[in-house]
Amino acid sequence: MATTTDIPLPKHKREVIDRAVIRFAGDSGDGMQVTGSQFTNTVALYGNDIATFPDFPAEIRAPAGTLPGVSGYQLHFSSSEIYTPGDAVDVLIVMNPAALKMNLADLKANGILIVNSDAFAETDLRKAQMVSNPLEDHSLDKYRLFSVELERLTKVALEHLGLDAKSVSRCKNFFALGMCYWLYNRSMEGTTRWVEEKFSKKPLLVEANKLAMKAGYSYCEATEAFQISYEIPPAQLEPGLYRNMSGNQALALGFITASQKSGLKLFQGSYPITPASDILHELSQYKDFGVITFQAEDEIAAITSAIGAAYAGALAITTTSGPGMALKTEALGLAVAVEIPLVICDIQRGGPSTGLPTKTEQADLLQALFGRNSEAPIPVIAPATPSDCFWAAVEASRIAVKYMVPVIILSDGYLANGAEPWRIPDLESIPDFKVQFASDPVDFKPYRRNPDTLARPWAVPGTPGLEHRIGGLEKQDVTGNINYEPLNHENMVRIRAAKVEAVAQDIPDIVPAGDPEGDLLIVAWGSTHGAITAALKAQRELGHRIGHVHLRHLNPLPTNLGEVLKRYKTILVPELNMGQLLWLLRAKFLVNAIGLNKIQGRPFKQSELEQKIAELVS
Amino acid sequence: MTTATLPVLTKKDFQTDQEIRWCPGCGDYAILAAVQAVFPELGIKRENFVVVSGIGCSSRFPYYMNTFGFHTIHGRAPAVATGIKAIRPDLEVWVATGDGDALSIGGNHTIHMLRRNVGLKVLLFNNRIYGLTKGQYSPTSELGKKAKSTPFGSLDRPFNPISLAIGAEATFVARSVDVFQVHLKDTLKHAAAHKGSAFVEILQNCNIFNDGAWTSITEKDARSEHVIQLEHGKPLIFGKNRDKGIRRTADGDIEVVHLGNGIAESGLIIHDAHHPGPFYAFQLSHMENREGFPTPIGVLRSWGDIPRYEDVINQQVAEVQAKRGVGDLAKLLRGGDTWRVEAR
Repeated sequence: MATTTDIPLPKHKREVIDRAVIRFAGDSGDGMQVTGSQFTNTVALYGNDIATFPDFPAEIRAPAGTLPGVSGYQLHFSSSEIYTPGDAVDVLIVMNPAALKMNLADLKANGILIVNSDAFAETDLRKAQMVSNPLEDHSLDKYRLFSVELERLTKVALEHLGLDAKSVSRCKNFFALGMCYWLYNRSMEGTTRWVEEKFSKKPLLVEANKLAMKAGYSYCEATEAFQISYEIPPAQLEPGLYRNMSGNQALALGFITASQKSGLKLFQGSYPITPASDILHELSQYKDFGVITFQAEDEIAAITSAIGAAYAGALAITTTSGPGMALKTEALGLAVAVEIPLVICDIQRGGPSTGLPTKTEQADLLQALFGRNSEAPIPVIAPATPSDCFWAAVEASRIAVKYMVPVIILSDGYLANGAEPWRIPDLESIPDFKVQFASDPVDFKPYRRNPDTLARPWAVPGTPGLEHRIGGLEKQDVTGNINYEPLNHENMVRIRAAKVEAVAQDIPDIVPAGDPEGDLLIVAWGSTHGAITAALKAQRELGHRIGHVHLRHLNPLPTNLGEVLKRYKTILVPELNMGQLLWLLRAKFLVNAIGLNKIQGRPFKQSELEQKIAELVS
Repeated sequence: MTTATLPVLTKKDFQTDQEIRWCPGCGDYAILAAVQAVFPELGIKRENFVVVSGIGCSSRFPYYMNTFGFHTIHGRAPAVATGIKAIRPDLEVWVATGDGDALSIGGNHTIHMLRRNVGLKVLLFNNRIYGLTKGQYSPTSELGKKAKSTPFGSLDRPFNPISLAIGAEATFVARSVDVFQVHLKDTLKHAAAHKGSAFVEILQNCNIFNDGAWTSITEKDARSEHVIQLEHGKPLIFGKNRDKGIRRTADGDIEVVHLGNGIAESGLIIHDAHHPGPFYAFQLSHMENREGFPTPIGVLRSWGDIPRYEDVINQQVAEVQAKRGVGDLAKLLRGGDTWRVEAR
């Protein structure tokens, strides 16, 4: 017998597609970052390749509904390998008029636009400086508009719980999340588990968020408005075990790995600064690994305490962003002068000065290379992707202790907060680099060097018979005695420079991606890797012969770089700065390289790069 | 660790072969002599000493001590030393600094080191001038000081270093004088015995750029008349004839009194260096700023109840390891949600 209470479900289509770009946008207090990262985790776990771009303002909570307060989270997920968070958006979910105004330009024509219609009253429109209601004035006709009373529907779903109005309202982001899970046929199990753990001490909130999410899902299922849902099959990534990882997380894990592989205790001296603070938060959790984290009183104490720790025999690191890097310059010079190992992470952000704390940029390259008084060369490594941050941390640590030299890692806000799948390595496959401290007091000389690396011995205090003094004053080689003589100074400057040049022996020769020779070579560094890879692929499919060199080592440069540059007619250097690597290449190699420079606090779009490539190869 | 008896160390063991470059007549020679006399008596192996300095004449100190030494950058010695201590709490770390190094550019690091109670012995050579850079006024120079950068007289009220240290709640604060060798050595020994941060201001004469800065204290009769030597448990008495003392007033303030005429020693304050609150020591530290009061030297405050910063850092790590077990790196890398991609 048929059950008469069954509501016949509207028939909807399930379309299999290759990829989608989805963006959540709302007030800083609307939980867009949480919503976005939950959805990301779920699709990543399912096996899609992902790339994310969280985009939020510096202020903790700007006035509700205003334009400066808009916080967004973009996710690109796919069944094939992807490299960028996506130029244009397929699905845009906005919680208020301000979020709509700030994000609409990126939505594709005929894209899905889900709007919280409860937030489109007169006052809300005025805060977003809108004169008419876009939900009524036909300005959104070219999109597939879904006007949803998120506020009211969430309230209805939760009303029997007896929760206060503010908490109920805050759950509307999970209603939207539930809708997305329906739209892309994804399980809510992962988020359910997360909610249960996060609010374990507040069962009412657990219930509220779960209910809101289910209500959103059911809403799409039941309503006739949503006719199509999508299925994006898992991607065929290289076989292995994967996890989702952001750049800052990767740096933290990389340093702990380096600590184990070197046998050294890890010490971090840092001061909170956006977007680097997360590294300190992350490492401070790992006391079970013996990690000592020290939140210093200022940026200078952060690096000088790390210098002290290195002097005492630790693997010492300090993490910061541009303004903090500027404060650390004198101490960096000291590390160069006393030749001790140290790793400094600069997570670059928009500048100058306080600039744009939560926006990305890569304009600290010349600062990293030259930003000290006098001649104080320092090796510089720049990871290309969030996962690469792990390898950069391990490699920087290895170089630091092998050559007894400070090493700078240049990451940026985009890599720091962006996530992608990371193939977890087998620990055994990562080579050890166990350190031997000096111990023999017979004829010990603090600056007697290893002939291959020019490194001086690492003689830690507490070692009998090795008592000696080091300092920032110029010194004689081998003995380390203070020495101001003219020829000695030149000798020491040249030795310190030669030591950094010697690091090149550990840098593999470059093999360009794409064509090994041809019309155009793209030379770049840092987080532009993804967009360039995508653009390169597309342009080569049109038949152009283009190569791509992505420099992970900015100092010293790979030995064969000069030779590689000669193989191409034109060299393009896309950078999120006014032309810093450009300047370096032109000066060092006397090549007429061309820059593509974007300094807007946002990564390159694939289309921007393709446009320039097309222009240069035509 | 073996329990073999330590070799007997002497002053010579702590002297280096480096030619000392301080000006003849500099008060730093006296301080060096005192430190080199005291170190051998502390029962610590020579390799376990580290002397850290900033920039200044004071900060040339490490080069003349045959121990591990680190001549860092201006004002930053306390921060470097904190890093050393975090990794090696067992080392004996002394900081040589000056009035400019510790209280001007290094002011921030000084107060944070003290509030954290890092187990460092800090020797602040106060000569009320910038010597190395040839004669600018310093944060401890007197108001109206005419110096290279203040030809019309300084407009800054000076810091009182020991008041500042007490204000930062340092657990050990003392003052001595370069030429009072016996007192200086004694003070250094007290500092060495203290578990946490030991802040010692040493009044030092720069005979080239600020000669005579302390003669009101070091001159023949000045010592007894204008200086009060503090000793825990002893009354606050001074004067050549031990005829002056400090006592409490009804409103909680202190005053100088002449003994006799009904005022007896028993009415004077008994110095309590172990007073748990810093306000008592602060009141004493401020005496020299007040008309008619003597300048205190000796140990103003010595309170052993606060743990050393390097100990609690490492203790917290040990506690977490005891609770969670030592970290498993392979497990950590696989932490969070993972998924497997199979070969097709």
